[in-house]
Amino acid sequence: MVRFAGISKTYPAYRGKPGVNALQDIDFAIPRGSITGVIGRSGAGKSSLVRLINGLEKPTKGCVIVDGRDISALAGRELRLAQRSIGMIFQHFNLLSSRTAADNIALPLEIAGWAKADIKTRVAELLALVGIADKHDRYPSELSGGQKQRVGIARALATRPSVLLSDEATSALDPQTTRAILDLLANINRELGVTIVLITHEMSVVRQLAKEVVVLDAGRVVERGHVADIFTHPRHPITQPFLAEVTGDSLPVSLASRIVSEPPAGGQAVIRVEVRGAGAGDTMVARLARELGIDVSLLSARIDEIGGQHVGSLVLGIPGRDDAQARVLAWLSQYQFSAEHLGYVA
Amino acid sequence: MSPELINLIIQATFESLYMVGIAAALGTAFGLPLGVFLATSRKGELFAAPLVNRVLGIVVNATRSTPFIILVVAIIPFTRLVAGTSIGSTAAIVPLTIASAPFIARLVEGAIREVDGGLIETASSFGASPMQIVFKVLIPEALPGLLLALTLAVVSLLGYSAMVGAVGGGGLGDLGIRYGYQRFMPEMMLAVVVVLIALVQLVQSAGDYLARRVNRRLRHH
Repeated sequence: MVRFAGISKTYPAYRGKPGVNALQDIDFAIPRGSITGVIGRSGAGKSSLVRLINGLEKPTKGCVIVDGRDISALAGRELRLAQRSIGMIFQHFNLLSSRTAADNIALPLEIAGWAKADIKTRVAELLALVGIADKHDRYPSELSGGQKQRVGIARALATRPSVLLSDEATSALDPQTTRAILDLLANINRELGVTIVLITHEMSVVRQLAKEVVVLDAGRVVERGHVADIFTHPRHPITQPFLAEVTGDSLPVSLASRIVSEPPAGGQAVIRVEVRGAGAGDTMVARLARELGIDVSLLSARIDEIGGQHVGSLVLGIPGRDDAQARVLAWLSQYQFSAEHLGYVA
Repeated sequence: MSPELINLIIQATFESLYMVGIAAALGTAFGLPLGVFLATSRKGELFAAPLVNRVLGIVVNATRSTPFIILVVAIIPFTRLVAGTSIGSTAAIVPLTIASAPFIARLVEGAIREVDGGLIETASSFGASPMQIVFKVLIPEALPGLLLALTLAVVSLLGYSAMVGAVGGGGLGDLGIRYGYQRFMPEMMLAVVVVLIALVQLVQSAGDYLARRVNRRLRHH
């Protein structure tokens, strides 16, 4: 759907400021109908990357193929025509304050030269699609952040694009509204088959919505793959903290403060087990207790759903006899659970 | 005050309104596009032409820094060329237009630059041409500011129009000087000032009202 081929983007030196290599050696493809998250710290090149897709920026080297066409080679009228098949939503919504919700959505259609009657029908359709049919005549100043972004989404979809670019679209919204907007985007992807590329610095957004992840650092792609893989097997320093975030690497304070390295009399061994895969952890504790006849206690647990997979960790307490601990670890490795002995609690 | 004098005031008021009205319309016709261009032609902007921008900026500044009374006298040959005469209200429209166009252009430039740059990027992202961006985004979004700019220009023109009496332009200012000052008729001077104050108030109120009407940025119920 979207393919970056040997892309480099350099901003020339200007007024004493040195030139910047915003992007270097970018080579990857975004499959049709997918939701791809592009994450990275600010200044990593995310904005430049996404703006190459709709021709707002031109690569210094290489080309960007969108829907089989080299968008980086287009200019003027040809480019403007191509841009109609690529929608974009923005962090600060970028609605015209002088136009109502309906007229904001109508703008790209006016620009594309649609007939008045067709615009009217299409706008009503779009307002219903994003769930704000009742806000037809409201000005942006009368709408909440979430409602404004819904208008933004409707506007981006107006000309029936095949790609939707999201530039930090939920970064200015509260968590609940973010959730609702992400659900809407997921629906749009599912029902309209629109390929979504979202750039964000919020890991939670990628986790909730994306299937594929591209990690950018200093203008280079440092990791790329399925979202669950990136979150559970991070290889790059940028992505390492994701694992902690998902698996709850940091134990609850009350538990962490009680962990000691030598087994106290009558204490428990603390073991963390990583859980991964569809329904992976569901019966593990019950099976472990039943098959080994050991009273396993659950000290802490966290399981999330990422890209359709269950990912998380369980912290188990094993009665502190050495052989019980060894048997549990052996059982876990037999079933390919990765486990780690953390210490003991009284 | 005698009926003849009152008639003079009425006639002078119409002369002033005629000069200011036409000059404001022509000033806007030249100043609006010039202002939009100044606001969009720096490096990296919509109609990027940094050199032209710089040159036009200097011309605008030069015109604005020339005292109006000197401008009136200095361009008399040009006025004669355009209006066929250099005397009278119609001739006075020429210097008034030339003085107001750069003034309006700077005000327009300011109002257009107030528009969030993100909106230009947004419109570009869905394939708007530069002209579509000007007419569908920049001007509608800057409209409250543009109306206030135009109001300010009309008020300034009322002041300038008082000076064109120096070249026989007529109007309220001319009346005030000739009767009020040169013929020692303070009541005439006072009447002229009162009419000018009333006109300025009227223009300003109307401008404020219209600007408020079109401003959707902060609408409260």
